[in-house]
Amino acid sequence: MKFPDFLVTKLDWVANLARANSLWPMPFATACCGIELMATAASRYDIARFGSEAMRFSPRQCDLMLVAGRVVMKMIPVLQRIWLQMPEPKWCISMGACASSGGVFDTYAVVQGIDRFIPVDVYVPGCPPRPEQLIRAVLDLQEKVKATGTANAREFTARTVYAGPTSLLKQIDPEQTMVVPGDYNTASRSRS
Amino acid sequence: MPLARAMPFPVDQVDEAEEKEFLYTLNFGPQHPATHTTLRLMLTLDGETIVKAVPDIGYLHSGFEKLGEDLDYNQYVTIVDRMNYISPICNEISWHHAVEKLMGIELTPRCKYIRTIIGELARISDHLLCIGAAALDLGGITAFLYAFNMREKIYDIFETMAGQRFHPSYTRVGGLMVDVSEAWVDKIRKFIKDEFPKAHADVVRLLNRNKIFIDRTKGIGVLTREEAINRSASGPVLRASGVPRDLRKDEPYLAYADLEFDVVCSKGGDCLARYLVRMEEMRESARIIAQAVENIPAGPVNVNIDDKLTIPDKSSTYRSIEGLIQHFELFMWNRRWKPPVDEVYGATEAANGELGFYIVSDGEGRPWRCRTRPPSFIHFALFPLLMEGHSISDVPAVLGSLNIIAAELDR
Amino acid sequence: MPDVQQLLAEKFGDAVKRSAFRDNVRYIVATDRLIDVMTVLKSAGFDYLSDIAGIDYLHYPDATDRYGVVYSLANTETAERVYVRVFVNDPDPHVSSVYSIWKGADWMEREVFDMYGIVFDGHPDLRRILMPDGFTSYPLRKDYPLRGRGERHNFQIVTRAES
Repeated sequence: MKFPDFLVTKLDWVANLARANSLWPMPFATACCGIELMATAASRYDIARFGSEAMRFSPRQCDLMLVAGRVVMKMIPVLQRIWLQMPEPKWCISMGACASSGGVFDTYAVVQGIDRFIPVDVYVPGCPPRPEQLIRAVLDLQEKVKATGTANAREFTARTVYAGPTSLLKQIDPEQTMVVPGDYNTASRSRS
Repeated sequence: MPLARAMPFPVDQVDEAEEKEFLYTLNFGPQHPATHTTLRLMLTLDGETIVKAVPDIGYLHSGFEKLGEDLDYNQYVTIVDRMNYISPICNEISWHHAVEKLMGIELTPRCKYIRTIIGELARISDHLLCIGAAALDLGGITAFLYAFNMREKIYDIFETMAGQRFHPSYTRVGGLMVDVSEAWVDKIRKFIKDEFPKAHADVVRLLNRNKIFIDRTKGIGVLTREEAINRSASGPVLRASGVPRDLRKDEPYLAYADLEFDVVCSKGGDCLARYLVRMEEMRESARIIAQAVENIPAGPVNVNIDDKLTIPDKSSTYRSIEGLIQHFELFMWNRRWKPPVDEVYGATEAANGELGFYIVSDGEGRPWRCRTRPPSFIHFALFPLLMEGHSISDVPAVLGSLNIIAAELDR
Repeated sequence: MPDVQQLLAEKFGDAVKRSAFRDNVRYIVATDRLIDVMTVLKSAGFDYLSDIAGIDYLHYPDATDRYGVVYSLANTETAERVYVRVFVNDPDPHVSSVYSIWKGADWMEREVFDMYGIVFDGHPDLRRILMPDGFTSYPLRKDYPLRGRGERHNFQIVTRAES
């Protein structure tokens, strides 16, 4: 059965309103930015004013992943696995210079931006960003959800192509290869 | 490119335990709310009792020490800031303490006092977060909010001083980035006289006689004096086990020799003792700041410009030829400093314990090797010992009392 | 600390050389005598192992050995410090472990092994601590580049379609 268009539009609007104002973050706090994330949740800045105070540490209950801090080689499979465990619809904020681009840590171990390996919706610059910047990012994401969201998450089926930076993956010499310490394929979700 | 499967965690150390079928293994972390940071524990459990705890770290290893070999003595201060990120100033002071020892620089009295004050402020903010987070994990969210409120005040002080509230990167070789202002001094006076004692008393009232908090920390994670020394513990963890070792007294650096303060010790060695030591240390830090802030000597903050060691200020760079030349000399990658070709270890008492840097110099502008002695790394090695025989609900209590900071742990 | 110097000179003679810089007093010890020297130092009051640092001296001015390992010891009663240095070389760099003397050496030695590949004989559990288990290089060696050899880009990409 096909709904009339005006009805579906109103449904989208209601769903977006609910989603945008109750984004539950999954704080993937690894480093310094995690402390600013705590400051954002604490008394002076109080992210509860924007409906995002319900920090849920279980990915199954969250719809917003806040990656705060640098992500290193050993951590990226964990990050991918947690991202896969979150239910749709879900969004990702990359907080701070390290998560967005590697920041000052242009070294052998640090992943140069998590957007190389998982999808990111909003980037927050700063090292670390001030709490106001993070709140601004949450507001921006709310606007994005209101503008693009659909009741049955059709917008995600449209965005299926990898949109991050050029992949620098290369075949390295057998004697220099490493075994990747984990793999998101081992996440509990079965893939065809 | 096909990728390999996940590496199984090496739990073969528990081979005799594996034979007992009732034991099971619980993976704790690396992304878990009670760890606050990224560390992983493999706990072998008998019911709720921990038989063996095997830590797995390195989930935040970002190559700090390799990066230090690529950056010069001033640039690396922005990196050490991010090491123990809840008290960044302590790291800066420690790094430049070691560098100044290598180059043989004697700081000006004003610089010594200012560094002492900001170091103690950072110690207060570190202990506040440690206690607040430990209370949060044990069910007391109010103490966390009170502690964080005070941290915001300290952030304000740092922002007035350096322009950045979180990672000030304030120290430089032979001095400071800029001199402090009178407004900064007033803010500290207000903080020490009014704001901090009230918040401290609030936290004391909330926790010191709180039955739940005491039940969950007393007698948990006991570290004896002998084990603490043998396993290289330092800072509040060592002092809570009854060893009065404090580098501020033992090897006085900066202005600590002039100031009056006591080393806080406890004989308990458990989580409660570590909590009490931190609470008292905050009070001692406030005492140090109160003395120092009234006695900041006048004069320059940087060592003499003729020594060719410090960055000249903007006005002399733009308006005098000597300043311009010196600026050029310090910033051209093939000039910079000419330290002696030797190696030196310099350590200070950071909030978490002895934070030292072992610097090897090859006579060029950047270190050949800058090894960090990270207190968190050494304290986390104690964890399996402290956890044995305790229940799984004691894991957050012990982790909170050790104050493990992942970036310092893994570097 | 003349007494420590005398003590070490009496017991070990030429196997221990003293040098000093600023307030650091260093004893360069022959690699095979390390455990004996450490035992003597511990009984002389240096009961606290503060740090173990590995150093790679590849192309360092006037260096004769490839790797150095520095042990920082402290006396918890008098707060004195000494530093003990040993040197090891390729192709098979190995030192005796001081784990039997100080339990605190456990993770410090593992870190030096992880970063430099220096093997500590007698260590009960010598495996990588910071880098992933499958990592084949030793990242703090001077012949390993700062930005690595591409390992950090070597992961699968998750797109919206897969998640």
